[in-house]
Amino acid sequence: MEKRLITLNVNDQDYELYINPKTLLVEAIRDHIELTGTKRGCDTVSCGACTVMVDGMAVKGCSVLAVQAEGTKIVTAEGLETNGKLHPIQKAFLDEGAFQCGFCTSGMLMSAVAFLNETKNPTEKQIRDGIEGNICRCTGYNSIVRAIEAVAKGKYTEDKA
Amino acid sequence: MISDFKYLKPGSVKEALEMLAEHQDDCKIICGGQSLLVIMRQGLISPEYLIDIKGLNDANYLTYDAKDGLKIGATCTHRTVEKSAQVLEKYPVLVEMERKLASIQVRNWGTVAGNLAHGDPAGDPAPVLIAMNGAVKLGSTKGERVVPLDQFYPDLFETAMDHDEIIVEVLVPPSPAKTATKYQKFNLLDSDMGLIGVAVSVTLNGGGVCKDARVVLGSAAPTVIRSSEAEKTLIGARLDDAVFEKAGEAAASECSPVSDIHASEEYRRHLVRVLTKRMAKAAWEQAKISG
Repeated sequence: MEKRLITLNVNDQDYELYINPKTLLVEAIRDHIELTGTKRGCDTVSCGACTVMVDGMAVKGCSVLAVQAEGTKIVTAEGLETNGKLHPIQKAFLDEGAFQCGFCTSGMLMSAVAFLNETKNPTEKQIRDGIEGNICRCTGYNSIVRAIEAVAKGKYTEDKA
Repeated sequence: MISDFKYLKPGSVKEALEMLAEHQDDCKIICGGQSLLVIMRQGLISPEYLIDIKGLNDANYLTYDAKDGLKIGATCTHRTVEKSAQVLEKYPVLVEMERKLASIQVRNWGTVAGNLAHGDPAGDPAPVLIAMNGAVKLGSTKGERVVPLDQFYPDLFETAMDHDEIIVEVLVPPSPAKTATKYQKFNLLDSDMGLIGVAVSVTLNGGGVCKDARVVLGSAAPTVIRSSEAEKTLIGARLDDAVFEKAGEAAASECSPVSDIHASEEYRRHLVRVLTKRMAKAAWEQAKISG
């Protein structure tokens, strides 16, 4: 079996990995780097639980080879907080109770952050479209949409500083 | 479980074509991999070599000019097309189609050329691009050739590409005057594949008579197909609801959809009839007011 030495930059830290090239990004993050915030759900590009940000874009970690993410900047749920302070979207999820079982949450957070970065003053319809690739099987969508809306409306602006 | 493969990472399109020429019988090209990795995981294919063209910047472009129309490079993502102001202005139906293609995550990483090369009859880009007389430019170490997309799919998950060829560019000609294209798919989940997708393009002459039309059906046969019977109904006619109805009936009887867990053959034919009628009318209404 062929193995390759690659460097992945996750949450601003470089990790050297010696891996089989068939390793998926979600496997590299969870099993090799051991950041288990990113979840592995359907494995068929459907559920979005494995969503991470690659160069600011939301992608599904189960449908990207880890070797393809070399040279990019990857952000996972663990990388959202700064200096022990939660990211506004994390606070909003807490305030709105935007989780039930929590399995979709990491992916939802990453989709929400990518969406908020590229959409100013979104409508509710845009927010719902923005999380189209993430399934919450507890069907807790309304609280998730409220949390994203709260951040979009600037409720947590002081937390950004 | 994905089988082991040898990973090759070319630095240019030229190098990719050389690798492909060498390993053509036991390799696959991966770019976004949004379809490929799924079927590899299902064990449907297990290539010995994987040639990764994702990082090829020389193929990552989207250009438009009035003479040649739109050119989409091999590694250009769905999202780039979706967010292009120029595409929105010149080919609005492409943006509408992209917004409904899978999910944001898939469109961020997956490519238009890769979707076309995958050859799934349920793919969204092919019907729309065929309705707009689109083509693909294929490259190999022997040279390049252009194949119109309506001649690109001989059978289910098969393409007209030789084993040493890749799609280097997707081509969409400039839209003729008084022309509009509309596309709609019917699906159970918004980010899912369509049970049926129909794209219709209508060109009117100065007197308001239909000068040209293309009716393209997705998921309605082993490949994306044009319904020549529906097109005949439209071309030369002064369009009205009765003509659209006839076009829908012609398309429904000409296609050959399957019955499966998602929908029966009968229901799919019904969808073809209704969507053809609606898309022909929508395209006609848009063509009337377009320049």
